[in-house]
Parts: sequence; C-alpha cells; structure tokens
Amino acid sequence: MSVFFHELRQGWRSLLIWTCAISFMLGVCVLIYPEMSSQMGEISTMFADMGAFTQAFGMDQLNFGEFMGYFAIECGNTLGLGGALFAAILGASALAKEEKEHTAEFLLTHPISRTRIVFEKLAAVFAQIVFLNLVVAAVCTAAILLIGETPKASAIALLFLAYLLLELEIAAIAFALSAFMRGGAMGAGIGMALGLYFLNIVANLTEEAKFLKYITPFAYTDGAKIVSDLVIPPSYLAVGMGIAAVAVLTAFLHYRKKDIA
Amino acid sequence: MTNIIQTEKLTKYYGGVCGIKDLTLSVKEGDFFGFIGPNGAGKSTTIRTLLGLIAPSAGKAEIFGKDICTHRTEILADIGYLPSETAYYSGMRVKDLLTFSARMRGIDCEAEARALCERLMLDPSRKIRELSFGNRKKVGIVCALQHRPRLCVLDEPTSGLDPLMQREFYEILTERNRVGMTVFLSSHVLSEIARYCRHAAVVRAGELLVSDSVEKLGHTGVKRVTLRGFSGEIGLSGAKDITKETDTVRFLYSGRAQELMQALSAMPFDDVTVTDPDLEEVFLHYYTQEEA
Repeated sequence: MSVFFHELRQGWRSLLIWTCAISFMLGVCVLIYPEMSSQMGEISTMFADMGAFTQAFGMDQLNFGEFMGYFAIECGNTLGLGGALFAAILGASALAKEEKEHTAEFLLTHPISRTRIVFEKLAAVFAQIVFLNLVVAAVCTAAILLIGETPKASAIALLFLAYLLLELEIAAIAFALSAFMRGGAMGAGIGMALGLYFLNIVANLTEEAKFLKYITPFAYTDGAKIVSDLVIPPSYLAVGMGIAAVAVLTAFLHYRKKDIA
Repeated sequence: MTNIIQTEKLTKYYGGVCGIKDLTLSVKEGDFFGFIGPNGAGKSTTIRTLLGLIAPSAGKAEIFGKDICTHRTEILADIGYLPSETAYYSGMRVKDLLTFSARMRGIDCEAEARALCERLMLDPSRKIRELSFGNRKKVGIVCALQHRPRLCVLDEPTSGLDPLMQREFYEILTERNRVGMTVFLSSHVLSEIARYCRHAAVVRAGELLVSDSVEKLGHTGVKRVTLRGFSGEIGLSGAKDITKETDTVRFLYSGRAQELMQALSAMPFDDVTVTDPDLEEVFLHYYTQEEA
C-alpha cells in the first residue's frame, strides 16, 4: 500500500485545513443555536415567506425554529457544499496531478500495475473523505451535547451518512475526470460539484425539472426527507451509487491503457 | 549472449504524427548500448514505449524475453530508469523519495542508496524543491540504480551534471556493467557514446538507420580528407560537408578510393591527410546520406 500512504502523506495538510474549516463552521452553527432559538419565531416566518427561495433550499418542509430543522439546513449548506468541493478537488487531482507535475513518469516506471495505482489512489481519496466526515461528526456531536440539545440520533446519523455518500459520489466522478485529463482537472471537478449543487436548486424550484434529482447527488441529502422519514431517498441514492460505480470503473478501464505524456 | 531488448517493427503514432516506425532493434545482455539521434528522432518515444508509458501502435517488443504489453510489471522490477527531465514530488526530502521508490519495489535499498548519495555528493536530507537541476538529476540516478537493476535505461543522462559528476556517473555505470548490468543509453552527446558504449544505433525521423558496434560504425567507408595549401573548389562527386579555412579544405568522402586519388593528383596542395571520421562525423554522414 505504498502509493496509498504516499497519497495520505502528500495530502495531509490540505485535509487538515478542510477538516478544521468545515468542523469549525458547523460547530459554531450548533453552538450559536441557543442564542438564535430565542429569535427563531421571526426568522422562521421570514424564511417561510421567501417564496421560490424557500422552496429551493427545502426550507418549506423543515421547521427552522426547531433544532433538527436548523441543523439539517446548516448541515446542508456547510458540510454539503464544503464537503462536495473538498471531494471534487481531491478526486480531480488524484491522477491528473501526476501528469501535470510530470511525476507520472517516476510513478509508472515502478513495478506496480496501473490497476493497483488507481486502486490505491482511489482508496486514499475515500479514506480522506471518511476521515473528514468522522471528525466533523465528532465535533458536531460534542457541540450538540454542549448546548444540551437531544435530537433524534438516527436522524443526525442518517444526515451524516447521506453527506458522506454524496462526497464519495462526487469524488468518484471527479476521479474519472482525472483519469482522462492531462493538465489540471481541478477546475473541471469544482465546476462539476457546483453544477450538481445548482441542479438540485433548480430541481427544487419546479416540477418540470424534478427529473434532475436523479442526476444530482444533492437530491438524496434532502434534510427534510431524511429528518421526517428517517430514510435516505432510496431511488435517488441507488442512481447516485450507480453513477459512482460507473465513474470508478471508467477510471480504471481508461487509465490502464492511457498514454502518459 | 541473449537479447535483453528485442523490438520488431515497433511503431508508435501520436494521432497522425509518427513517433517511431518499424523499429527493429536488439540489445544483448551485458552490453553498453548507445541510442543516438537528434531531438525529435524518436529516442524518447522508443524508451517510453519499452517502459510501458505509451502503448505501441503496431509491432512488438520484448525485454528479458517478456512481452512489454503483457508483462509490464515483471519487466519494470528489473529496470532502472533515468528520464531526461527529472521531476519528483517537490515537497519531499530526497531520502523519503528514495524510500518511497524502494517500497514500491518491495525491497530495502537503504545501504545502496547511501553509498550512491555519497559518491554523487548528494545530501539525502535536502528537500527536492531546494535542489538544482543537476542535483535533481543525481536523485534520478540514485533512484535508477539503488535496487541494482539488470537493465538500466538512461535518457540523456548527463545533461545538468558537471564534468566531475559526469565522470563519477560513468564510473558507476562502468562498474555495474562489468558485473552484468546492461546499459541502454540515449544521448546526442556523441563523445559519450564513443567513449563508453560497445554498440550503438542511430535513429532519424523515427526510423532506425543503422545498429552496429561503435568500432564498426566508425568504419563506414567514409574518409575525412584534409588538404593544406589548397583553396580551390572540390570537384568530386562523393565529397560532402566541405569546409574551407584560409588555405585548408576539409571534406568527407564516400566513394571509390581510386577516384579520390585521381582527383587529388590533379589538385595543387602542400599536404594531405586521409583519416577515419570520428563518431560525430559518422553521425552527420548517416544523416546527410538519408537526406540526399
């Protein structure tokens, strides 16, 4: 597993920065809840009256005045978007950086098969995402205990699981992009993550665009559904995991035969 | 002696552009082999194809008797490779990179790496980003040799090395070659090839022009003729690469010796020397011959 550990050593600084930033933001959001809850009546009314904007961010289905509603929306914005960007950057640079920085020649002239290199790099990407999510979940749990809230543990766990799966799917798609690109794939990865986020907003706005929910992984992290039904929307999740599997398979098949510049 | 590298009509196209075409080449085990050609001749394409970095468009190649497409990993276990442009993970220290390289090979090369670093005067505790081009080249040399490979493939190995380090580097290669390591060296520094290699091949525009012993390559039937005390025109059909300096005329002659003697007897000159050309001139001969 030398490539796996090498990847972790190469990426630990970036992982630490992203983990601290997301944990800090989400932790602070939880810690300020007691102060905000006193003004929640007005805030809830205000958010409920914003028409399409309310719908776009799922605030029509969640009670922002309750801790779970507040947490699901904050979690969606901070861990959802932040985690998606981290996953996209990580996945997109995994293979393409070797060609961009001309280190592919060094790496690929060692007696390790390309399949193994792709496997170890993908494992390192997934391991970093799991680490970030575990730390964020631990920080959030500590913050929730500190403010004395007692939300349904299963709902919180499902929210974190949904965001973990979203990040893994985005990382898998970005990883496939990385296998095809020679220069920096990071821009394409970030663009893809933001594009999927906005597709979900569009899908929330109008019934005609609801089919987009099968394309964007943000659809199965819908806090309202997870909190009320205690389930990750299975149809969207199944399609998402299918897309991730196809992306990973494509990356393996393409990189095995790729000409290294 | 068995062939350690054997290619048969090896061809690589980049889209519509030809990298190498129908390249048939063999290198014997234990040889010190030079691969000569100017920039863009196909030297690096050949090396990159042999190492599995790019897939051949046609033809086949074997290293250690194994097909390069189906036994890539096994082949690479016994190869040390020094690329022409050495690029490594800049945030790493030299010793960490060498350890990483050894781990990917699944062997402990610490003692050998230390010995090579000492000989090349390379500080293994330095960060790679702090190293000069020449010192990065030394890192590449240690990486290529620390696992004591059976075959060492070197692409323009001495660019960036000072003359003392070049000498040390060739000493190491010669020592290793003496105990059985095959050296496959691509270069356009012909003096290096002439000095160290036993066999060499010349490539041009992706095609092999000639492959033979360095000694035989020097005996091409071409002669370097120098006339002193003469400043007229050389009206000889086999004369090429004619240079004039005040009262001296030099040219390469490829043709019948009798015709040369007849032509010379009709020319007024003070002195004449007819010698075998050096490898650089042979190289020019092959190139001008093909272009004609």
